[in-house]
Amino acid sequence: MKRRLPLMIVLVLGIFGAVAFVIPHPIVKSIDETMRNDVLRIITAFSLVLGVGSIIQHHLIKIRRKAEHWPFSYIALISLAVSAAIGLFGGIDPASPGILPTHIGGFSFHMQALYDNIMIPLASTMFALLAFFMASAAYRAFRARNLEATLLLIAAFILMLGAVPLGRMLIRPLPDFAEWILTVPNTAAKRGIMFGIGLGSIATSLKIILGIERGWLGGGG
Amino acid sequence: MSADPWTWIAAILTLAIFSFLYKENPFYRFAEHLFVGVANGYAITFYWHRVLVPSLINPVSHGQKLWLIAIAIIGALYFTRFIPKVSWLVRIPIAVVLGYFSGAYIPRAIDAQILQQLRATIVTRSMFANWQSGLWAVIIALGVIATITYFFFSAKRKGILKPVSRIGIIFIMVGFGASFGYTVMARISLLIGRLQFLLGDWLGLIH
Repeated sequence: MKRRLPLMIVLVLGIFGAVAFVIPHPIVKSIDETMRNDVLRIITAFSLVLGVGSIIQHHLIKIRRKAEHWPFSYIALISLAVSAAIGLFGGIDPASPGILPTHIGGFSFHMQALYDNIMIPLASTMFALLAFFMASAAYRAFRARNLEATLLLIAAFILMLGAVPLGRMLIRPLPDFAEWILTVPNTAAKRGIMFGIGLGSIATSLKIILGIERGWLGGGG
Repeated sequence: MSADPWTWIAAILTLAIFSFLYKENPFYRFAEHLFVGVANGYAITFYWHRVLVPSLINPVSHGQKLWLIAIAIIGALYFTRFIPKVSWLVRIPIAVVLGYFSGAYIPRAIDAQILQQLRATIVTRSMFANWQSGLWAVIIALGVIATITYFFFSAKRKGILKPVSRIGIIFIMVGFGASFGYTVMARISLLIGRLQFLLGDWLGLIH
């Protein structure tokens, strides 16, 4: 029961998901649309419980055990609770606020303000930071030790230089060559890799539907 | 210099993240944990207001689509993950999502990732409308065959397989180089954006 029921659900819905694509009957299409627009949207929304629950659990355990840097776990938990409260009870549209006031005088702290002034700066700075680490990692990893590494380095260099005005100033046809790299050899490589990914994913999907791949069931009975 | 408190908060958080370039420090760690918390709070808000309210709560509260209550109960089984005695029930909502998407993926992958790609790779007479596009189409077709050959591990690389897979790795490396270059450029443009924010919006040094 504990394993057979989920495996049967996967088999039935897997067959339906595959068959619905090739059967143009209105009833099948209607059920398929309901599955996508209602059933899966709602169930996927609930899956957030797993992610948020795991994060809360992780930080609570860190605080309880006084693990390394545990005081910062309070920051994560408090900011999660405060931002969720603002979003849930303060509304998401400043024009139609919720029951929780989201401004003190002229200072407004509604969800959009948190998103624009906390999430976007933090996310974009975090990714910008990766530019430095990618550059230093690339220097160590791609030092032209063989033909393959040299090709990778040259292609990356041409593409980066071809995309900035300096590249055109130095070598006039460089942007066109960069474009050619993207549209010809890059397309060939990506297409070849995509075939592999496609076939591999189809095989994995079949294994899940047929119950051969059962890793997702996890441990236990 | 900006008088907007939000600009100051954004600037201080930006500097806190950049401080990691020196070494890991409490300011960076504070910003990192704040990001995790706010991002999760935002996700909760998003799913509540954009998914659960319009798709579940509004129709059910108006007496429509009452069968959605059963779907909500299936979704709520995710909570059982944290109750050891009945934690196996979490497999049911996972099975619904995994089963449907695994099945739905198969015909779409066959179409988009196999047939459409094959169609685009096959060299046709119309591609030779001018010699350049014809030549590029031939190079792409050869590159695709060589790339696939490189990933063919079922036979020992000797005879024709050896030089063809060698050409394959050349195409792959050029492709990886292009992807790497593009990724670095995207990161650099983000960096420029942050510097423009610090020097322009915050300090008012550039306009």
